[in-house]
Amino acid sequence: MTVDSSPVKFTPALPGQPAADIGAISGDRPVFRAELPDGRIVWLVSGYENVRQMITDRRFSRALAVAPGQARPGAEMFAAGSINGLDPPEQTRLRKLVASAFTVRRVEALRPRVASIVNELIDAVLDRPQPVDLVAGFSLPLPSQVICEMLGVPAADLEQFHAWSDVIIGDWQRDSDEIMTALAELYGYFGALIESKRAQPADDLMSALIAARDDADRLSEEELTVMCCTLLVGGHETTANHINLSLLLLFDHPDELAKLRGDPELIPGAVEELLRCVRLGSLLPARMTKEDVTIGGVTIPAGEQVIALTSTANKDPSVFSDPDRFDVTRDAANHMTFGAGAHHCIGAQLARVELQEAFRGLIGRLPGLRLAVPASELEFKPGMVIHSLRELPVRWGEP
Amino acid sequence: MTRWKISVDKHVCISSAMCVAIAPGRFVLDGQQRSGPVEADIDPDEEVRDAAASCPSEAISLVDADTGQPVDLD
Repeated sequence: MTVDSSPVKFTPALPGQPAADIGAISGDRPVFRAELPDGRIVWLVSGYENVRQMITDRRFSRALAVAPGQARPGAEMFAAGSINGLDPPEQTRLRKLVASAFTVRRVEALRPRVASIVNELIDAVLDRPQPVDLVAGFSLPLPSQVICEMLGVPAADLEQFHAWSDVIIGDWQRDSDEIMTALAELYGYFGALIESKRAQPADDLMSALIAARDDADRLSEEELTVMCCTLLVGGHETTANHINLSLLLLFDHPDELAKLRGDPELIPGAVEELLRCVRLGSLLPARMTKEDVTIGGVTIPAGEQVIALTSTANKDPSVFSDPDRFDVTRDAANHMTFGAGAHHCIGAQLARVELQEAFRGLIGRLPGLRLAVPASELEFKPGMVIHSLRELPVRWGEP
Repeated sequence: MTRWKISVDKHVCISSAMCVAIAPGRFVLDGQQRSGPVEADIDPDEEVRDAAASCPSEAISLVDADTGQPVDLD
């Protein structure tokens, strides 16, 4: 099939702005070439079936896309050599070492601990004068504390750790020297922590990974460090901002929020609908074609960068009827927010449990929860990887 | 010659499609996006072992076709 493959300019919508109209930009082509704001020329793939096909097809390689010499935004340097930047079977070898800690069964066993952290954080929120910033008081500490406990990272180090994480994943435009410095410091921090854990093992994931390295030689020292960093970074910024952005969406739809207040049994389903509708970041990481691949009727040549537009999958009317309607009672479980295939989010079940317990706590214990400032005054951190709110000032109780 | 038997519990499957990507040609999603084996009886295959070990919902069962004993997933 012959197509017009001259690239169209594509700028992902800024945080808080309406999503770009992909159909209008592409001329309703499901697979098209685009020039991104950073100058990269990529192919964009849209629609549920095309996205699913692409991200489960090993001919689209992550390892090639993050290799040195490729055009890479800042966060991609962090992905190289990690489970986010390798292909099966190398990726599978590493991921299997931690996969058992993140299964549905194991994460469900953590639910009471997650619920108790939620309660402690809300106790502290209730002790403060209103308005309270939920970013600092709830949405960031909840997933941070959970992943720190799983890994065995001292919670006292969290603040330093957030500063590095902000530099590494926070800004697409940032000077790469700054990112490399933060990465080196983060790896140095974990190197030291691994040494102290090696001397004094505990019942945590980091100790289990150290045993896998030292007893069975199943990963290298560098892979061990990178894995710890990946799990810690991936484990908090995403969930924290999903809580923030979900609350904003619920505040915008008071009828839907009222349904959850009236019937907390709706919360697990509502979390799936929130995962479907919230736009957490701008673009997924790119993959590179290992050979010519035909998708959506278009043949993409070997050696091209390709990005799946999961937001278009989540709004595909052939899968989700009336897709722009936010409806906490719909069955949205087949959304593509956690991806699919070898890179399906390893923390998906943990994120689900954290989100469910977070909303159960916030909605149940803070009746009348609402924004304390107009939504237009909320500020996002600069950068385009994850839509990261600086503060979320809220009030509750009688107006 | 050992044979393996694959089964997938569709009530447990969460449609991650990890198996589809890790063991190409061995698993396929149905209309509800739930996984199932392309062929249930297979020769031992390391990619299928990897897929079973990687399933986030532990929905894939892999047993020795003769003895019914679970295959070691490590």
